[in-house]
Amino acid sequence: MGLAKRIIPCLDIAGGRVVKGVNFVDLRDAGDPVEVARRYDEQGADELAFLDIRASVENRGLLYGMIEAVANEVFIPLTVGGGVNTVDDVRALLNAGADKVSINTGGVSRPELFAEASARFGAQCIVAAIDVKQYAPDAWQVYIHGGRTPTGIDAVQWAQEVASLGAGEILLTSMDRDGVRKGFDLRVTREVSDMVSVPVIASGGVGSLQDLVDGIVDGRADAVLAASVFHYGQFTIGQAKAAMRAAGIEVRS
Amino acid sequence: MIAVIDYGMGNLRSVAKALAHVAPDANVVVTSDAAVIRDAARVVLPGQSAMPDTMAALERSGLRDAVLACLRDRPFLGVCLGLQMLFDTSEEGPTRCLGTFAGEVRRFREEELVLPGGERLKVPHMGWSPVAQARRHPLFEGIANGERFYFAHSYHPVPADPALTVATASYPAPFTCAIAKANIFAVQFHPEKSQRAGLRMLANFVAWDGTI
Repeated sequence: MGLAKRIIPCLDIAGGRVVKGVNFVDLRDAGDPVEVARRYDEQGADELAFLDIRASVENRGLLYGMIEAVANEVFIPLTVGGGVNTVDDVRALLNAGADKVSINTGGVSRPELFAEASARFGAQCIVAAIDVKQYAPDAWQVYIHGGRTPTGIDAVQWAQEVASLGAGEILLTSMDRDGVRKGFDLRVTREVSDMVSVPVIASGGVGSLQDLVDGIVDGRADAVLAASVFHYGQFTIGQAKAAMRAAGIEVRS
Repeated sequence: MIAVIDYGMGNLRSVAKALAHVAPDANVVVTSDAAVIRDAARVVLPGQSAMPDTMAALERSGLRDAVLACLRDRPFLGVCLGLQMLFDTSEEGPTRCLGTFAGEVRRFREEELVLPGGERLKVPHMGWSPVAQARRHPLFEGIANGERFYFAHSYHPVPADPALTVATASYPAPFTCAIAKANIFAVQFHPEKSQRAGLRMLANFVAWDGTI
């Protein structure tokens, strides 16, 4: 027995509440973050990810309060991201109760942020969130600003760079697959996973239990992240783990 | 009173929250006051950042002597860097540590991370690994041998005295993930983030009289 592959439900947060929507529009309130987090914890989630999709300055206090409330009751690792631009942003989220902080646009704008945050807080709590889109048969580029702005940066090269700068983990989201429910982009997942020495979380596109298995086996990811399939009750974390276990993947029971 | 030592690195509240959760009647304080620490019935030394900054912060805080005093005589729990700090040196930096125990803290070696099938393990070692208990200890009460705990680290302790090791994990080679001697118990993993098993370990610590 060794390290278990992880299942990470992701919660989109706006104004301190869990929200659901399609492509960040038509947002609907989907509940109290503490209740949702507690439910996933009871189902056996290995970690929880929170993405502050508005990440506006005026909403920041609500986010900190929410993280603190969740951390008071749920004793598994919490990763929080959205609008992280400075070492002070990282510190504030860690102080609120986050165990790991994900950096996306802020790290593309200023790559030293990864090095500074990692030196200060340790690589184990700095996650590089990378949103990618395919633009040629075997090439993907990095997008920022919640997937609205192409950067021209090669996804695989960027993953290697953030890992060498000090990110301790990579959260790789395929925008082509996000919300489509046809499975992860296994090729880019595998490419990144093979090229970096830090753990990779596959994200974007889960529609079935087999997709989770494929992300680990074919994508060679260390963890799989999904949102809607869990939120809408298509299957539970327990069912996801049973499917992974049946496929010979080591999971935490 | 249970003192969670705050030496200025932030993010030390997770342990306090988990302790308060398992022991609502215990007075859990996060403190940087040496007098309060010396007065506490039991003490927790947390830590989850980079070692050079962590040791520098401990020195700056002026709490080194209070920590050393508590290490001598009362139930003491070290978590993650709070375990690593107890050894002579860490390769991270490198950094000279407290030297309570002989030994060093080493980074996982690249050449040792390849599995027989060719798969290469990642660093940090991140996630839930089984903890194999080398011997019984009051802090393992009610926790199955081989129970998974949450790890997030790139460095691990290598005690000079193998008898110090009370549990190991494998990545893929076995490494010391918990040490125990007299009133001191320290773990590389994060009980405060290890759900039921972790909360049980913290409850055991709250009930522990500091003897084996």
